[in-house]
Amino acid sequence: MLDRVGNSAVELLASIGEASLFALKAAREIFVPPFEVRETIRQMYELGLRSAPLIAVSGVAVGVVLSMHTRASLERFGAEAMIPAGLAIVLVRETGPLTAGLLLSGRIGAGIGAELGAMRVTEQIDALEASAVDSFRYLVVTRVIACVIALPILTTIMNFTGMFGGFLAESASNGMPLGLYFRRAFSLIELTDYVPATLKTMVFGFIIATTSSYLGFNTASGTEGVGRASTKAVVFSSILIILANVILVRIIFFIFPQAAGG
Amino acid sequence: MAEEAPAVRLDHVTKAFGNRRVLDDVSFDVPAGSGFVILGRSGTGKSVTLRHIISLMRPDRGRVFVDGDEISALNGPELSRVRRKIGFLFQNAALFDSITVGENVAFPMRRHTKMKDAEIRKRVLERLHAVGLEREYDRMPADLSGGMRKRAGLARALALDPEILLVDEPSAGLDPITADEIDDLLLDRKKRGGVTLIVVTHNIPSGRRLGDTLAMLHDGRIIARGSAAEFDRNSDPLVRAFMTSQHAG
Repeated sequence: MLDRVGNSAVELLASIGEASLFALKAAREIFVPPFEVRETIRQMYELGLRSAPLIAVSGVAVGVVLSMHTRASLERFGAEAMIPAGLAIVLVRETGPLTAGLLLSGRIGAGIGAELGAMRVTEQIDALEASAVDSFRYLVVTRVIACVIALPILTTIMNFTGMFGGFLAESASNGMPLGLYFRRAFSLIELTDYVPATLKTMVFGFIIATTSSYLGFNTASGTEGVGRASTKAVVFSSILIILANVILVRIIFFIFPQAAGG
Repeated sequence: MAEEAPAVRLDHVTKAFGNRRVLDDVSFDVPAGSGFVILGRSGTGKSVTLRHIISLMRPDRGRVFVDGDEISALNGPELSRVRRKIGFLFQNAALFDSITVGENVAFPMRRHTKMKDAEIRKRVLERLHAVGLEREYDRMPADLSGGMRKRAGLARALALDPEILLVDEPSAGLDPITADEIDDLLLDRKKRGGVTLIVVTHNIPSGRRLGDTLAMLHDGRIIARGSAAEFDRNSDPLVRAFMTSQHAG
């Protein structure tokens, strides 16, 4: 029994070590030419642009729900006029980036895990290598770059569509016009609210791409393994994003103390 | 005069997975332009041998040379340079399933040559014509039969006119006519193109046709080596059983 626990612990540590080295290699090779420009653009389309509808629709829904909650709270203090600004700050600082990160860990993480896993078990990754192509650069680095670039853009889309959702709820509730809603929404937002919170999603993108690529790249046991890689990619990416978010928020508050203020 | 380096040389190669030794001190030379056929029962290390030659696997001990370069010690651009001399037909073809058949064959050309799109298309069509698949240019690999996939894989393996062609089970899962057609294509590349063939197969008639030299792997070691005629005279019970098996074709 003790032996089994010990072996499992050693295997787990070895996997964490391997995954960390994999991520470090990806981080280093992002900056090393030659760059796979064509494949990176294709991945930005597949992983980024094609995720936009999911993010936009989710953003509207999140905005509507947040607006309803905010109204219920602020109405008690007669501060309904603050709803657009309050909603915008909540969205831009935290809800937008984290929700986008978690949604994309589902869509992109599962996709990368399954695609690379299937390529591994059908020997397509070996075929790339046999064609004298560096499979790591071609498959992993391109996806990492695409995710790191796409996440902040998608997060911005989520922020705006979230605010639009808030407007729809407000408009239905009290007929507030669009112009007035967005003027109020942006009245308290500062650059230090938007930039650090949005840029932190580059780390989320890196986490999603490296975690799911690592699991896909190391898939074994046929189609069952592909399914497992896909599921694990979502689970581990989500957990790591939530944990990284705690650290990143702490770092943002340290560097931009005003971001911690009200 | 300096002796010409063999196209492929395995020098005391040993490879183990866990406690299981798959290749045990395996050595052989394959002269350029010849056919070398590796026979053996399933799980005896035949495919692992091919993977060592193109450095998809590295030996635990020993060295692998391709055209005089120690491929088992190369990395990065040097490894790519040597790999470009080799074409590899995988047992299940391993076509890239997200792109068309034509783009599969074009892939190595786009990666490693400066040819224009029109020229690439022309050469891809030539390669596909050679394997009887020119009409399948725009089809996806999933829409092809097993035999067609294999022929498309061969077209891709030949895309860059490799000096060495590694072929893993060319006739596995194919009807005898298609299997013969693939063998004909391989022989044509060897005779007319001077390509060095290294073929893993269970199919004895195919092995006889393709191989100037046959080698039999058993438990990770080469237990017999020679021409087909020498194999026929070999008294080793395992070799005899293999060569005379009714399922060998």
